[in-house]
Amino acid sequence: MDFLKVDAVHHTYFTKTSAVTALSDVSLEVEEGEFVSFLGPSGCGKTTLLSIIAGLFEPTEGTVTLEGKRVETAENEIGYMLQQDYLFPWKNIEENILLGLKIGNSLTPDKKAYALKLLQEMGLKGVESQFPKQLSGGMRQRVALVRTLATGPKLLMLDEPFSALDYQTKLKLEDLVSDTLKSFGKTAILVTHDIGEAISMSDRVFLFSARPGQLHKTFVIPKELRDETPFNARNHEVYPAIFQTIWKELESLEPAGER
Amino acid sequence: MSPQENVKFLHRKYIQSLNREKKWVRFYQAVIFIVFFSGWELASQKQWIDPLIFSAPSKVWGLFLTKIQDGTLMVDLGYTLSETVFGFILGTFLGTLLAAILWWSPMLSKIADPYLVVLNSMPKVALGPILIVALGPSFTSIVAMGAIISIIITTIVVYTSFKEVDPNYIKVLQTFGANRFQIFREAILPASFPTIISTLKVNVGLSWVGVIVGEFLVSSKGLGYMIIYGFQVFNFTLVMLSLLVIAVFATVMYQLVELLERKLIKNGS
Repeated sequence: MDFLKVDAVHHTYFTKTSAVTALSDVSLEVEEGEFVSFLGPSGCGKTTLLSIIAGLFEPTEGTVTLEGKRVETAENEIGYMLQQDYLFPWKNIEENILLGLKIGNSLTPDKKAYALKLLQEMGLKGVESQFPKQLSGGMRQRVALVRTLATGPKLLMLDEPFSALDYQTKLKLEDLVSDTLKSFGKTAILVTHDIGEAISMSDRVFLFSARPGQLHKTFVIPKELRDETPFNARNHEVYPAIFQTIWKELESLEPAGER
Repeated sequence: MSPQENVKFLHRKYIQSLNREKKWVRFYQAVIFIVFFSGWELASQKQWIDPLIFSAPSKVWGLFLTKIQDGTLMVDLGYTLSETVFGFILGTFLGTLLAAILWWSPMLSKIADPYLVVLNSMPKVALGPILIVALGPSFTSIVAMGAIISIIITTIVVYTSFKEVDPNYIKVLQTFGANRFQIFREAILPASFPTIISTLKVNVGLSWVGVIVGEFLVSSKGLGYMIIYGFQVFNFTLVMLSLLVIAVFATVMYQLVELLERKLIKNGS
């Protein structure tokens, strides 16, 4: 059985004056331990799909199941990381990373120790009692990752988590996240509009077309790239060819005249 | 001079200039204070202004000492102060509670909307006579005046700030499976603390208005009563004394709220 199964999902947003179809007939499967990316132009419904998978709202049609269970009923099995860190500025770092456990009423000494250990492994020792605004952007995003991992989710969703960072921090963080998730064997979905990021981090890349959002094509990333860290993958000899293929496919999606 | 010493020297100069500016500000503030009171005293003694109406600082001070010695000032001050503090706390608390209820039920907030607008535009002190008849000419009705004057505006301002909390904080909590109460406790309320504190600051002033008007109407004790009594017997020294005491204690309350603000809003700054 598939780990995550998205089955014929349609979603339409209604407003007073219009009905906008964000997703149209999207079906896909993700295996356990796999790292996949959703790539596509803006308006292709990536974030909508992520929210549906996270069980934040139900699709107009279709179902999403995680290990055979509907995601709406799953609690704390899915971790969600947003574009910005969204650490709570009035809570210190320790309170921030334990937030998920507190909400789920599962704040045991074991899990607390685990969260603090994660924080250390992310190279953030001794910041527990500091407040988010005392930390740099990269540090805050690492704290946000710890907050997401602390509840031990089975599936991790990353919604353009590196887009608000400077390039150098972004590259370093890609390596760290990739390494961390691999070592935990976590399944992850990354939403991005950065082709390079999608190629270097994932096992498979799902390319979406816009208006309405549809699954256009799936690319399997060759094994030699998958085994490398994201930074090294970007310098690998097969990288440019894949980049070109995806680039051309993306170009073909854009309606003529919009360039 | 080495570059390092130069930087130190310049920094010291910068600090000196800051201190100098601060001293000048304090100096002019003191000048205004002294000019105002000595001008008042002088104008009154020379009969440039009618001493019967405007009194004089020396007379007010004399009355202050007498009323301290016979204890009557403390009694009146005690009444007014406790009424104001109660009214202020009650008004802010009930206003915030109402805002929370409106946030909890979007349907209710839609229904209540026109009524809130009407209640907000209404001059609340006009309700004074009804309150006094309903609750009796006592402590309770004056506290109610102090509270009612700030409830609706607190509700509106705090509710607006509840609605304006960044939805992404709520999204973070929802991905952890938070219920509505947890969302309120972890994100909505703490994110709105700065707004609640700033309504506190406004409410300090409003509660004084409500309480003083209430005391005008009830006319039995308190600083507001001192004003209305002084007015009726044409003892404006009493009115001035009451006004100055109100000014001092309203300022003290405001400063206490600012102190609370610094204690409550902690985010490492």
